[in-house]
Amino acid sequence: MQSESIVLAVLLLAPVVGFLFNGLRFRSHNATLAGIVATGMVAISFVCGLILFNQLLGMEGPERVLRISYFSWLSLGNLDLPVAFVVDPLSILMVLIITGVGSLIHLFSVGYMSHDATPAKYFAYLNFFIFNMLLLVLGANLILMFVGWEGVGLCSYLLIGYWFTDKEKATAGMKAFITNRIGDAGFLLGIFTLFFTFNTIDFAQLISALPSTAEIGWTGPMTLACLFLFIGATGKSAQIPLYVWLPDAMAGPTPVSALIHAATMVTAGVYMIIRLNPLFLLSPNAMAVVAAVGAATALFAATMGLAQNDIKKVLAYSTVSQLGYMFLAVGVGAFTAGFFHLMTHAFFKALMFLGSGSVIHAMHEEQDMLKMGGLKKYLPITHATFVCGWLAIIGFPLFSGFFSKDEILWMSFHSPLGGKILWAVGAIAALFTAFYMTRLMAMTFWGKSRVPKDVHPHESPLAMTIPLMVLAVLSVFAGWVGVPHGLATILPGHPHNILEHWFEGVVHPIPNMEHGDISLEMTLMTVTTLLGLGTAALAYMLYVMKPAIVSNFVSTFRGLYQLVYNKYWVDEIYSAGILKPLVSFSRGLWSYADVGAIDKVTYLVTDFVRSAGDGLRAIQNGQIQSYALVLLIGVVASVLMLIM
Amino acid sequence: MILTLLIVLPLLAALMLLPMKNEKGIRVFSLVSSGLMFILSLCALSQFDKTSADFQLTLYREWIPQFGISYFVGVDGFSILLVVLTALLTPIVIAASWTSITDRVKGFHIALFVLQAAVIGSFVSIDTVLFYLFFELSLVPMYFIVGIWGGENRIYATYKFFIYTMAGSVFMLAGIAYLMIQAKAQLGYYTADVMDLYKVSIPFVDGEFFTPQTLLFFAFAVAFAIKVPVFPVHTWLPDAHVQAPTAGSVILAGVMLKMGTYGFLRFVLPMFPEAVQVWGSVFLVLGVIGIVYGALVAMVQVDVKKLVAYSSVSHMGYVMLGLFVLNVYGLNGGLFQMLAHGVSTGGLFLMVGMVYERTHSREIAKYGGLAKAMPVFTIFFLIITFSSIAVPMTNGFVGEFLILLGTFGFSSKLGAIAVTGVVLGAAYMLWMVKKVFFGPAGELVDGSHGELKDLNCREIAALIPIVVLIFWMGVMPRSFLDYSQASVNHLVENKDNYELKIYPQPEAVAEKE
Repeated sequence: MQSESIVLAVLLLAPVVGFLFNGLRFRSHNATLAGIVATGMVAISFVCGLILFNQLLGMEGPERVLRISYFSWLSLGNLDLPVAFVVDPLSILMVLIITGVGSLIHLFSVGYMSHDATPAKYFAYLNFFIFNMLLLVLGANLILMFVGWEGVGLCSYLLIGYWFTDKEKATAGMKAFITNRIGDAGFLLGIFTLFFTFNTIDFAQLISALPSTAEIGWTGPMTLACLFLFIGATGKSAQIPLYVWLPDAMAGPTPVSALIHAATMVTAGVYMIIRLNPLFLLSPNAMAVVAAVGAATALFAATMGLAQNDIKKVLAYSTVSQLGYMFLAVGVGAFTAGFFHLMTHAFFKALMFLGSGSVIHAMHEEQDMLKMGGLKKYLPITHATFVCGWLAIIGFPLFSGFFSKDEILWMSFHSPLGGKILWAVGAIAALFTAFYMTRLMAMTFWGKSRVPKDVHPHESPLAMTIPLMVLAVLSVFAGWVGVPHGLATILPGHPHNILEHWFEGVVHPIPNMEHGDISLEMTLMTVTTLLGLGTAALAYMLYVMKPAIVSNFVSTFRGLYQLVYNKYWVDEIYSAGILKPLVSFSRGLWSYADVGAIDKVTYLVTDFVRSAGDGLRAIQNGQIQSYALVLLIGVVASVLMLIM
Repeated sequence: MILTLLIVLPLLAALMLLPMKNEKGIRVFSLVSSGLMFILSLCALSQFDKTSADFQLTLYREWIPQFGISYFVGVDGFSILLVVLTALLTPIVIAASWTSITDRVKGFHIALFVLQAAVIGSFVSIDTVLFYLFFELSLVPMYFIVGIWGGENRIYATYKFFIYTMAGSVFMLAGIAYLMIQAKAQLGYYTADVMDLYKVSIPFVDGEFFTPQTLLFFAFAVAFAIKVPVFPVHTWLPDAHVQAPTAGSVILAGVMLKMGTYGFLRFVLPMFPEAVQVWGSVFLVLGVIGIVYGALVAMVQVDVKKLVAYSSVSHMGYVMLGLFVLNVYGLNGGLFQMLAHGVSTGGLFLMVGMVYERTHSREIAKYGGLAKAMPVFTIFFLIITFSSIAVPMTNGFVGEFLILLGTFGFSSKLGAIAVTGVVLGAAYMLWMVKKVFFGPAGELVDGSHGELKDLNCREIAALIPIVVLIFWMGVMPRSFLDYSQASVNHLVENKDNYELKIYPQPEAVAEKE
């Protein structure tokens, strides 16, 4: 066996070892041991990832890919499915994000879950998640991706409902799984469509089998396949209309929200589209749908973030909104920009979720921001790192989010697949983002303290603050791998867009792309950045200096506030419009069709047989006289017939 | 010879039980001998040549030569794994019934052994009349198992089950007789050998219902459809399952339902190709309806056993779909799903039985919080649940995926409807799991009815083979699919003039000639 296949096997199986180790001793209360083993296993995967990354660095351009195959999983007809993996510039970066951010979050969990009743079970689930996520990104065909895709959903289900004695948490887990299953059904249909069109579902074979001309219309196989797969993405990556599970998923432990519901799993849909980018490029209609849904989700979710008081819920809607940005990017063909934002978001959103975990931990499991405020002085490290995340997400110049968000906005404006409307929606969503994130900072860390008297906030232990610090550094500097062309000319000596160069063999260029006008790019960037900072300043003023204005505003626009506060009643609409009718329809089926109709018919048949039997039995009554009578009648009748 | 042993040994074991008195002795003897028979079935498996589609391990003895009826047994890729599954489930249910069956222990085990013989007999019969006999014989021990060791309403359930199935097979018997007469006319001799009957051509007129082949198609199909059961003749199943003791439910779901789908595969699809082309769509549609209907009705059940029973209707709908799309993916998937469903639904019934033994209730609403009270039980139950809802890396996924793929290849619209089962299946199972295992402790769990003990070693031992199979079949499906592949390919390639031979095995050929 070659060395890289051993390294890859270790990379994949180390988390499985951790899963088994902790899973088999699930009753253990020893959080430290469980946590160290689990963290160590993910760290081993990370090191393996680095080794493979190094190997890729030594290769040249298009040959920069390792294909490693282990055994044949299925082979029937045209369907040949080896358990094979692809390590290429795209998947290796995902691996590094998953295992890198993953091990930090595992480490954080050691502190966060130290008082939990079943820490071994928690770490077992977490390790199993890492394994499935690695399958998802490394799989060489759609089926392996789907195996990981469903596997991460399963782990997400188990971890959201981790504190299962709470009925609402268990319900949230179930909701997440079933909503995701709707998407997965779409994903399956996408796989089927591709298989029967191209006779393969191996990524490399599929891409080489693609035609050279784009498909027009809505019913062609490639468009249908892309749309089906995108349904899968709306489930996993929480886009309209299937986003409803993600806010509820905050029921899980906070590190889980950071790892699964911010940094890794929810980006799987974006990753899938980037993986299949040559296919999506051949269907402009599907691309338009992706971009439109992404932009709409970015804006819609950002507005919902404005009125939430639960710190994790704000971050959850923010995640939905940021994922919308990524889909906007890939929808206009800016796959590199989409990935860039995926990466920076993984850093700064994981940072902020963990930061909120630190806050919640300090506040004795309190998540309501109305009971916070002024926490800055109690939690200096959490606050300082959170500030880095905040500056990154609102697009403060030179912080990571600034570069990635700006790249997306520029591409949505400039790309032939984009347009001014998409750009405008994205820009407005950016303003909302600046507002609600500043509001979050103000309500949590700044201003007057609303902390109840019996709560004494304290800074978290090192196991929790170290990951925060590392992520803070990444949130600040990670943007430098994707400095846009325009800025690179101003910042002498810095290579422009390393990421774009790195993806050359994987990401296909947008057709008919013109060369960008640098001064226009710079103007737009300046306008959106200044507006964003202005909005942040406004929010700071409102929530720190003049909170009275906010309450006035809320009481003046009661209806609007209620609409946003109740998240547009989407959950209620789904429940009343789909769920309840389905259940009562099923009840009807059971009592009317099954018990009422089918059983009744079978009874009729048996009754008929029985009454026929009864009738015939009456003839055989055993009385000689009646037999003789029948005999007589028969003879008479025969004689009569003969005579006549 | 080995197949005959697999039929005779259970009957012998039943005979040997007759003079026994000690209950413990009866249980131990039954467990050990059924375990040995399972090992014997593995020997049969090891002698099986995967690359051939022919009948293997055959044995032929004359029986009623005037009518060409014989004792003729053998296996091919369609049946070999079903034989092994049957042999596996018997020791498992004996172990699982160790403490739950306390009344007439001897009779219970005798019934189980007779049942095993009959089920294996029907899977290995090459002679159609022999098949029919075993097919019907299997009803008798099941009748007693449900009727004697069943729940309160067992008599109603037994009648319903017995009459339903008998009513169906009457048509099949008539069909067999007709086929034998046709064989005399075309081949010159009476025969019930299915390989000869494959050669008989039956007149078919497209667009007309009253033509011999169409009528025969329906005569056989109705018998098997009731057994599967296909919507709308499924209503005996929920009642039978709810009233049956655990062992009865496990065998019923695990292998007896498969006698129906196996019948389609062995008789209906190869013998009536034109009728299948024209009328097969009836069963495709019924299969899809079954998937959706079974799942919807399962969703609103209050009794957990009834829920699992309706889930069977849904899962068997997938199998029907896989068989009738008649392509490589669907057929392999259907066969695989037959095994997977046998393992996982068998497992679900086992586990429902285990918790029933503790609480004497199956009402979902009375549970809640079971995960805290019985953590080991919960782990096993969740694993089997994930298999049932076809999570990848479990056996359920492979079958469901292949069937849906095959269906989509046959008709994308049908595939798109069937795929909703993926969502609905997760919905009813996880809903039930949530209500039974999560949330605060319900009235049966909170200790007011006495403490709930977690699984003991015997129960875990009964479940381990199931869990091992769930993952083995899910991670390395080829080790199972390879057995069926040659037979499936043979059927797909020769669906219009399907014939089977005896695997070149000197003595068997010589005997038949």
